[in-house]
Amino acid sequence: MTAALLEVESLTVHHGQLCAIDDVSFTQHQGEVLAVIGANGAGKSTLLRTIAGLHRPTSGCVRLDGKDINDLSVSRRVALGISLVPEGRRLFSSMTLEENLQVGAYHANPGPFNIQRIYELFDWMPNRRKQSVWQLSGGEQQAVAIGRALVANPRVLLLDELSLGLAPIIIEKIYALVPEILAQGVSILIVEQDVSQGVSAADRVHCLLEGRTSMTGTPAELTSEEIDRAYFGAGLDAPAVTSGVVE
Amino acid sequence: MIWLNIVIQGALVGGFYALFACGLSLMFGVLKVINLAHGDMAVVAGYVAVFLSPRLHIPGLWSFLVVVPIFALLGYVVQRTLIQKSIDRDPFTTLLVTFGLSVVIENLLLEMYSANGQSINIGSLIGESWHPASIIYISYVSLAVLAAAVLVLLALQLFLSKSGIGRLIRAVADDQEAAQLSGANYRHVFGIAAAIAFATVALAGIAYGMMTQFAPTSGGVNLLFAFEVVVIGGIGSLWGTLVGGIALGIAQQFGAHINLSYQILAGNVLFLAVLAVRPQGLFGRRSSLA
Repeated sequence: MTAALLEVESLTVHHGQLCAIDDVSFTQHQGEVLAVIGANGAGKSTLLRTIAGLHRPTSGCVRLDGKDINDLSVSRRVALGISLVPEGRRLFSSMTLEENLQVGAYHANPGPFNIQRIYELFDWMPNRRKQSVWQLSGGEQQAVAIGRALVANPRVLLLDELSLGLAPIIIEKIYALVPEILAQGVSILIVEQDVSQGVSAADRVHCLLEGRTSMTGTPAELTSEEIDRAYFGAGLDAPAVTSGVVE
Repeated sequence: MIWLNIVIQGALVGGFYALFACGLSLMFGVLKVINLAHGDMAVVAGYVAVFLSPRLHIPGLWSFLVVVPIFALLGYVVQRTLIQKSIDRDPFTTLLVTFGLSVVIENLLLEMYSANGQSINIGSLIGESWHPASIIYISYVSLAVLAAAVLVLLALQLFLSKSGIGRLIRAVADDQEAAQLSGANYRHVFGIAAAIAFATVALAGIAYGMMTQFAPTSGGVNLLFAFEVVVIGGIGSLWGTLVGGIALGIAQQFGAHINLSYQILAGNVLFLAVLAVRPQGLFGRRSSLA
């Protein structure tokens, strides 16, 4: 495995009183797809938002290339190569498709992606580039959100809940892009509720349960029972529920 | 002919209202800040023009060439220091801070210049007008202000839709967090938006000083009109601001025609009617700019 690109060390994040992330550590290597899976409220989105700089951690740190980036603003992190595709797409609703990409490209790092390249990646886009983004379908909006993040030429692309609200066939199409993006030297950190998608796309899986790491490993070494247990928590196979029904 | 004159005079005043309101609209649309010191900023611009033009030997008419850039710079600095600090706390603080700023400015001006009216000297041009028909007189100054308003709005529209920085301003207005994720330093973008807002309010203040007299407390009533223009036209819509300004101007002229004391009342009635029938304003769209 190549050098560590993104390191998360003993990260703890609070939303007010609530501890959303509790002492989570992992390392993402160059050229790797890492999937963070977990149920609703496991802290996945908070984790990504903290890496992107939208939340301040209570303790612990995030490092890029071994350098602590805790004190950097969101825009500085984009300049260093961390781009987040936020949950719910969050496109600029008063703008056209092309303008959304242009905003992403305005502070772009040098690299393989530009708007033209995005249009090649999504061949339906050029014909509809003058359309307002609210006229696009959910899957198309997701594609624009990915394009907007890619034109900045990130070193690591953070994808938050790509599958949310999309039809399975659309999700498959979007995940089919992962190898192409990787081929351009971009590492990918995926957060998914949809376990099968996350696991099949990933080189390594990191499962969160109520803010803590419940499991980590490669898809090959993990059985689906192990994943289920890590995802839903211990006690899944305990007889509590069935015995309750019997009595 | 009387009605035509009402519409023409209303449109001429409306041009000024639009020029005055577009900075307010921009500050609210992008920064989500209601700048209660907006009217006072215009008055300060008037005083700065009165103060600088004899000292720099610039005719009053051209004083905006100096004052507008000063105000753009001032806007950026005030935003990056005072206003950003209050945005970082909470939205209510921005109201208190800009209200406080308004009180401080008015009292400082009273202390320095007394309550006597001032105006920007543009010589005999003030009385000159075009006389196309029997009772219609079109003041050159008012016509120039209307033209300036249209030009400023056109330039702003082009800037926001065609330039990279303009797109960033719209992006921040649409979704501040997503704009940051696209690499925009939103504080800097806010600063630029504030610089533009202050520049336009300086232009409006100078226009006001040329058309009529101003005193330290003139800002308040004009701020009320600016709010009405923004609401009538629709928040965040530049062309709405122009139409809103002209609509308010015509309503006021119409009221004044019936009875001179109804001038402001008629404007307020239009404002309330729009608020009741179409709360998003004539050109208002949800969370959008330009």
